[in-house]
Amino acid sequence: MEHTVSYLGLIPLFPLMGALVLGVMHIYSCSRGKIPEKLYAGIACVGPVISFIYALIVFFQLKGMPPESRFLVHDAFTWFSVGDLHITMGFLADPLSSLMLLFVTFIGSLIHIYSIGYMAKDENFGKFFSYMNLFLGSMLILVLGSGPVVMFVGWEGVGLCSYLLISYYSEDTDNVLAGNKAFIVNRIGDLGFLLGMAFLFWAIGAGGFDYLSLRENSHLLTPGIGLVVCLLLFVGACGKSAQIPLFVWLPDAMAGPTPVSALIHAATMVTAGVYMVARFSFIYAHVPIAGTVVAWTGILTALLAAIFGMFQRDIKKILAYSTVSQLGYMFAGVGVAAYSAGIFHVFTHAFFKALLFLGAGAVIYALHHEQDIWKMGGLKDKMPKTYWTMLIGALALAGCPPFAGFFSKDEILFSALATGHTGIWVIGVTVAGITAYYTFRMIFLVFHGTPRDKEAFDHAEEAPGVMTIPLIVLAVGALFAGFLNLPSIFGGNLNVSHWLAPSLVDHHPHVGISVELLAIATSVIAFAIGITIAYRKFGMGAEEPEYTGFAKFGYNKFYIDELYNTVLIKPYKAIGSVIWKSLEPNVTDLPVKLSSWLYQKAGAAFKVFQVGYVRIYAIYMVIGLSIMSLLLSQSLN
Amino acid sequence: MIQDYLILSVILFCIGILGVVSRRNVLIVFMSIELMLNAANLAFIAFSRFHVSMDGHVLAMMVMAVAAAEAALALAVVILLHRHKGKLDTNVFSLLKG
Repeated sequence: MEHTVSYLGLIPLFPLMGALVLGVMHIYSCSRGKIPEKLYAGIACVGPVISFIYALIVFFQLKGMPPESRFLVHDAFTWFSVGDLHITMGFLADPLSSLMLLFVTFIGSLIHIYSIGYMAKDENFGKFFSYMNLFLGSMLILVLGSGPVVMFVGWEGVGLCSYLLISYYSEDTDNVLAGNKAFIVNRIGDLGFLLGMAFLFWAIGAGGFDYLSLRENSHLLTPGIGLVVCLLLFVGACGKSAQIPLFVWLPDAMAGPTPVSALIHAATMVTAGVYMVARFSFIYAHVPIAGTVVAWTGILTALLAAIFGMFQRDIKKILAYSTVSQLGYMFAGVGVAAYSAGIFHVFTHAFFKALLFLGAGAVIYALHHEQDIWKMGGLKDKMPKTYWTMLIGALALAGCPPFAGFFSKDEILFSALATGHTGIWVIGVTVAGITAYYTFRMIFLVFHGTPRDKEAFDHAEEAPGVMTIPLIVLAVGALFAGFLNLPSIFGGNLNVSHWLAPSLVDHHPHVGISVELLAIATSVIAFAIGITIAYRKFGMGAEEPEYTGFAKFGYNKFYIDELYNTVLIKPYKAIGSVIWKSLEPNVTDLPVKLSSWLYQKAGAAFKVFQVGYVRIYAIYMVIGLSIMSLLLSQSLN
Repeated sequence: MIQDYLILSVILFCIGILGVVSRRNVLIVFMSIELMLNAANLAFIAFSRFHVSMDGHVLAMMVMAVAAAEAALALAVVILLHRHKGKLDTNVFSLLKG
């Protein structure tokens, strides 16, 4: 078959093998002495880079095919088959997954290279890269899986790796708790995904449980079941992509090393939810209500996270909330059935968010693990490369034309407006303004003004080349990635949307050019207002204000963690302690205790026979043999 | 005829059992076991003559060989027991008492 290519399965295999080799090396080095960091680093980068090369090959092979039959498959082996359910370990590359594949491997490779500098002299260097490779490999399985079950393997894999890497600095209890939180919140989402998958199989799984068959059978889905499936799958997406109400884990995930944050936020993990919704666009397209729920959840998350971002003081937390907020945009995009716009925002976001995180990492590295922006300032001249690249990232994030974020965000807002979701559009524009504000609050406080912590400032210096080169590469991406999907109003022809079209059930609303101009104009105005306010307040150097009123409320994240704590966790713990202290010892343990008591008493009764004298045992033997002989002789007669 | 031999064999066997069960000296117990083996041998030979077959003889030879091997081992065990406790009273060895 012309669509079958055997190298597809190799793409996730390379990083996974890297993880295995590095893991074995690390275990070896624990007992038998050091292995040089260079060896680890070399092996760690080989897997992602080879995967990237294969991703390019896949891309060009797809490009050479006619658009309507652009897909490559590879069924490695039959995993299991139970009744009607035949699950093959299969991989599928179509325009959607090839796009994801390209930037996941590209940005993943850059982050690996950057990590060599950032993690230098860490005592668990090998372990770190083993986990990173595993993370990337899992994400590639997620992206390339030919059906929901294979996707779920990767889905769980990234969940596991996020746990491992968030709690990487495991000497500190808080980090371990952050890892636990991420894992548990993700599990809640995973349950939704599992149930959604089960419903989907029950409804239309009989004709094959991979995307191509499901897509063909999707018209058999009744609207009711379709809605249930969509909402359950969305619960899964909420968990993985940090949407209301499951977004609480992502800001805490900052406990991990900065490259991990970059990997989680840009290439792997959080984009999985958006990807999944786009992957199932053939179902979502049939159920507009589900789309509306997705869109509103997304845009409200975007608003909430942007408000939190305004008041944070930890540079990584600001970026974390900006990710939550941008993910909200993506969901708003896929929710209003502009799947290609959502995926395109995933794509551009990967560049500038990786850039911002790696830049923040360079700042943190220079200031010896200081993350409080109120202790930074004036780093512009000390770290020019970091400053300029981060500035590009910030402009892209804030949606300044012509940077990458502008085009992708604008496409989403325009789609919302054009499909008649005016409420979503209004909130979206507001969030764009807030985004510009908090992004430049961070930039101004970190790089402009006067140093607030003189001693840290004096020791700060530009990061080594292994860290700045990825920054520059990503900055180029953040600058130009937007042009790949230039709308016709700027003389482009939506290349990415057209590329993605065969994989998605996209529909492009046809509205007048005035609506498009309105959308663009409001976005630009919102950006301008946001950056102006930020400049007024922080551009000239500012002192930390007292957090009062709304600011205090926002700084404490609307006390949502505390709310979850009181409403969910404490009652849960109370129930747990009731069960532990009264139910378990008195009820469930009763049969166990009874049987052990019985054995004790029986043992005490029988122990009188164990006299310990050989001759008494001989008597037992004689008695036993006599009885047996008697029985035998009787049966013979 | 054959009954006489069998009755003698049973008597010898029962004496052996009584010796094993009632005597406390390890050597006497051992001798009683030998007695039981030879009681069995007697029965074998008697049956062999009765049936005019050599099978019983073969088995009797086998028992004697085993008994000889057992004697070699058992005497070594007896020596070790004596070294251990300085006595050959079986009541002294009662570690398995419950």
